[in-house]
Amino acid sequence: MSVDEPLGVRIEGPSPAMAVAVDIVKRAVWVVPVALLIAAGFWGADGVWSTLYGLAIVVVNFLLAGWLLAVGGRIGAAAMGAAALFGFLLRLGLIMVAVLAVRNASWVELVPLGLTIIVTHLLLLFWELRHVSASLAFPGLRPAPTPNPYLPVRDRADDPVDPDAEPVRSDRR
Amino acid sequence: MSALSNAVAQVVTQAGETAGLDGDALKSANGASSAGFAYGLAAIGPGIGIGYLVGQAVQAIARQPESAGQVQTTMFLGIAFTEALALIGFVVFILLKFV
Repeated sequence: MSVDEPLGVRIEGPSPAMAVAVDIVKRAVWVVPVALLIAAGFWGADGVWSTLYGLAIVVVNFLLAGWLLAVGGRIGAAAMGAAALFGFLLRLGLIMVAVLAVRNASWVELVPLGLTIIVTHLLLLFWELRHVSASLAFPGLRPAPTPNPYLPVRDRADDPVDPDAEPVRSDRR
Repeated sequence: MSALSNAVAQVVTQAGETAGLDGDALKSANGASSAGFAYGLAAIGPGIGIGYLVGQAVQAIARQPESAGQVQTTMFLGIAFTEALALIGFVVFILLKFV
């Protein structure tokens, strides 16, 4: 990585954006039955199909966003920025096409469809945000325990700690 | 904002009258233009927000490449939250136009 050309920095390794997107999709599995029950209660069978369609739109939207950022990041930071901005336009266009394509279908109720898109999107995001904030790491991956450089080094975990031992200090601060 | 939407409605009305549209068609045209206008306005803010967010994230990654993972995670969530505003605009557009 070269700091002289920050826009050319390639982001290597597994993509956190894609990991977050997949994690959000896993959480969406838990949201589906609740959303379907609510939709069935208020709008009947048409509401259920519309809610399912809305959930599919939200899930595909998250996956596409994560994939675009992952692909862009592997090319370079500038490409990641381009993927974020043009991906935003592209995904909004796709959502619009997806909704307009079915708006006259007999099984579509636009109110539950719209509500599902907004509410599920926000709900899944807040759920994921809470998880990411709690773990302070990538979703599903808690940070590995790192040895504390200020504690004395012991050979075995059950060895008694020498109270007079000097703490081992790291050179890196 | 209402002055702006009034101006748009006036332009649409004049264009409709020139084209010989009747009252219902004019009302429909006004509704469509208002809905499209609302959606367009709703997409501007998130566009600016995502641009700023990604710019700052790239800067952070360039300064501290070792924190790229956490920056990307936060950036992705930020983009998704910002995008929710545009989605709200889109749903309002759909509801105004077709319901």
